[in-house]
Amino acid sequence: MNRPIRRVAFVAMLMTLVLLLNVCVSYLVRQDSLNANPQNRRVTDAAFAQDRGAILVGNTAIAQTVASKDQFKFQRRYPQGKLYAPVTGFFSYNFGSSELEQIYGAQLSGSDDSLFVNRLIDLATGATPRGASVQTTLNAKAQKAAADALGSKKGAVVAVNPSTGAILAMVTSPSFDPNALATHQLSDARAAWTSLTTDKNKPMANRAVREIFPPGSTFKVVVSAAALEAGYEPSSVLDTSSYRLPGTNTTITSTCGSSQTLKRALEVSCNSAFARLGVKLGADALREQSEKFGFGTKPLTDISSVASRFPDEIDTPQTGLASIGGYDVAATPLQMAMVAAAARNDGVVMQPYLVESVRSADLQLLSQTRPAQLNLATSAANAAKLRQMMVGVVESGTGWRAAIPGVTVGGKTGTANSDNVRTPYAWFIAWAEDPEVALCVFVQDAEMEATDVAGGRVAAPIAKAVIEALR
Amino acid sequence: MSEVVVFRKRRGVELVMLILAMGLVTGAFVLTNLNLYGQLPEQWWQGVAGYVGIGLVAHAVIRWRIPYADPLLFPLVYLLNGLGLAMIYRLDQGTNPVMRSAELQLVWTAISVAGFVVVLLVLRDHRVLQRFPYLSFLAGLLTLMLPLVPGLGHENFGAQIWIRIGSYSFQPAELAKIVLAIAFASYLVEKKDVLALAGARVAGIDLPRARDLGPIIIMWLASLAVLIYQKDLGTSLLFFGLFVMMLYVATERPSWPILGTLLFAGGAFLGWRFYGHVQTRVSAWLDPFSNWDNNYQIIQGQFGMAWGGLFGTGWGLGRPNLTPLAKNDFIAAALGEELGVAGLMAIIVLYGVIVMRGLRASLTAKDPFSKLLAAGLSFVFALQVFAIIGGVTRLLPLTGLTTPFVSQGGSSLIANYALLALLMVVTHQVRRPLAPNAEPQQSLALDTTQVISVPARPSTAQSPRPAPAVSPASTPVTADEPTQAIVSAGSPEVEPTVAVPLPGNPDEPTQALHGHAATWDPDDTNPQGRLP
Repeated sequence: MNRPIRRVAFVAMLMTLVLLLNVCVSYLVRQDSLNANPQNRRVTDAAFAQDRGAILVGNTAIAQTVASKDQFKFQRRYPQGKLYAPVTGFFSYNFGSSELEQIYGAQLSGSDDSLFVNRLIDLATGATPRGASVQTTLNAKAQKAAADALGSKKGAVVAVNPSTGAILAMVTSPSFDPNALATHQLSDARAAWTSLTTDKNKPMANRAVREIFPPGSTFKVVVSAAALEAGYEPSSVLDTSSYRLPGTNTTITSTCGSSQTLKRALEVSCNSAFARLGVKLGADALREQSEKFGFGTKPLTDISSVASRFPDEIDTPQTGLASIGGYDVAATPLQMAMVAAAARNDGVVMQPYLVESVRSADLQLLSQTRPAQLNLATSAANAAKLRQMMVGVVESGTGWRAAIPGVTVGGKTGTANSDNVRTPYAWFIAWAEDPEVALCVFVQDAEMEATDVAGGRVAAPIAKAVIEALR
Repeated sequence: MSEVVVFRKRRGVELVMLILAMGLVTGAFVLTNLNLYGQLPEQWWQGVAGYVGIGLVAHAVIRWRIPYADPLLFPLVYLLNGLGLAMIYRLDQGTNPVMRSAELQLVWTAISVAGFVVVLLVLRDHRVLQRFPYLSFLAGLLTLMLPLVPGLGHENFGAQIWIRIGSYSFQPAELAKIVLAIAFASYLVEKKDVLALAGARVAGIDLPRARDLGPIIIMWLASLAVLIYQKDLGTSLLFFGLFVMMLYVATERPSWPILGTLLFAGGAFLGWRFYGHVQTRVSAWLDPFSNWDNNYQIIQGQFGMAWGGLFGTGWGLGRPNLTPLAKNDFIAAALGEELGVAGLMAIIVLYGVIVMRGLRASLTAKDPFSKLLAAGLSFVFALQVFAIIGGVTRLLPLTGLTTPFVSQGGSSLIANYALLALLMVVTHQVRRPLAPNAEPQQSLALDTTQVISVPARPSTAQSPRPAPAVSPASTPVTADEPTQAIVSAGSPEVEPTVAVPLPGNPDEPTQALHGHAATWDPDDTNPQGRLP
């Protein structure tokens, strides 16, 4: 009987082997997805109960972890919650996280691969593992000035450093307090979540980088850049009489006479001039120029962002509208700030970034962002001419409210009302010589008539406040 | 052929292993407390002392009653038992308020070890069990069918395999597996030669004669009844597997396991087609995330084991309480979470070694009853472990079986200790010397040299052999004499009978001819020993 018993023993051995193999294979194949599953309470609880690293502006923490006496042991706090909410995002138990808390979550919680050695050392010494801290590029003064100036108006302000791409300010309004979602009283957090997500003003929307709006006349800067690249000069004379869009019955009335220089047309933001100019340059040229400025690609990776859009399918009369920032052109405030930044930076578009560096809990540098060049939007000479034109807008054009004595400021106003149902959007893009900054102000409800002056009246003073804060 | 093996009483090895096991379990208990509370509870030594004391008492009884038993079986089992106790203690700490089921489990351990001791005291020689094949068969079937008795039976997750007396639940299948193993072993020892006689030939497979098929058909129907009426795939797998395997070992016909597997697969498929609860189990196995509520237990188990990773979170540092019923059904998942993949693999190997020792005893045994019984008990144990750990780790659909020795539950513990006691008695009988100055026992390498009684008529398949003397000692009896004559130089009891093939010729059908002149029917038209 021994032979069959041996065979049975072999089968038993096979069964054991299969069990062992299955455990191994499950580990190799399924473990990552199971741990990434947001319903895995063990992982989320463990993530919630961690000594998370801080998010810093300069030397101040805008998001930090303090000890707490409950089961989670650590509490996430946002000292100036509402001001920095679009940058820090929130960190909650039931609703995940957003913005930097999410994208840099692995470093903040200490579970990133770059912290592997630190975790090992903590394991050996028995210390509580601590996350890395994230240093942002923000400037506290600029951020505060932008928020104060924007006040309770719905909109966004983005300020960047033109030569590096570092984001100096990112404000969105209305904002929310992330502390309400980070609380350990989970029912309170749930109530806060419900009220925030059902609020029709959308306080959790990041209007600075994740929503696109028609840029209005600020798009004329892009058209001007295209014109300069095509051989026009600021002194080129344009036909600025009223322009009937080819093939339609729509006429764009002239507000600047029958002929002006390109520079003057930009200063007074003449729609008829730019509509005619845009059609002349052609949609492809405009699209190409806008893509050089960054349209069509997501500008920011440190937090999630959306790409600005110049429509693909566009015919001639639509091109005319697009040239004055209408039709289907839509941009994020960050993108328009990049346009201004390129003008200031000799035509070079720099990659925007929000995170300067990441440091471990013992201040060891884990990663450092180096400024990177995205594109060359215009030649340096043409950029200089563009700057000249934009200074003219502030000195003798619609952007006079942004003028600061002793500072060279160039800008462009914009008022967009795609439909006459809602109040127009007020835009203002600007750059300054010294302090070196480029910014975009976007106000979503200007509460006034649909005239070009709206951009100047509402948005330009906010830009002035930000530039002054950086002096 | 002069190589002989004398088994020694390896109680020293057993003691060392037992102390090692107790050390591991104590370490687990201490670690749990240190990780959870930073200190040991007051009177922590009481639980440890209880555990150690019970083990040492059992060891003492083993030394006294079955000194030649296999030295690894009890320590391995006690280690598993201790790990189960440690994990139940840890799970207790995770509830609010803290439960005390570990103490209860320790009490059950004491009762089970007492039962173990009782079996050792009562059962000197397992071969007495051979005498009542039909009675034990009936008893086993009745025990198996008990949950179907209305009022007594109690449905649990769609399967009806529990009975409830008062507040106390009990799974009769645990006991039934022992009784039926004994029943099959004794029946097959009587009938194996007859079963090897081919009756009809169906589809290329030789079936035994109709009159011998009877109990087999009954057993197959019983397994089917378990599947159909009790609706538990695991229990029916257990019994059907045990049955088919013992048939195969007894008759050496591969057609049995092949047929059995096909029948079981067919039965399982039909069960899946027609039973909602089987479908639930299968869908939970294949795609647990499809239904969060139904499959909550297995999903949590998966989450837990994934979070544990390779080395586990450590005793006390995981969250095994998030998995429902972590103390009984999913205790393997809790162990996987806190001890990791490595720890779970170690536990699987522990079970594997227990099975291996049991099968080793079966190989070393000389009489067919011991062989069958040891092999049957080991294999049914292996099947149970395979089914439950496979279910928890999503290798197979989950069934209602318990994790032997580890999971919470008194009845399972008592039954499994009884199984262990029986198995150890068998190993003792197998390993002990036959008489004070007895001839040495055979070593495993010589198992190809078992004596075969050859009929006078040569068969067509083999070369002719010299006719043996048909010794009366060749009929199986329930005596201490070996049923197969030992061929050894200078053996005083048996005449040297045959020229046996040398070891190293595995293809020689050395065991093909089991016919005894007493039972061989010369009128049988089928040549004996026709291999399928």
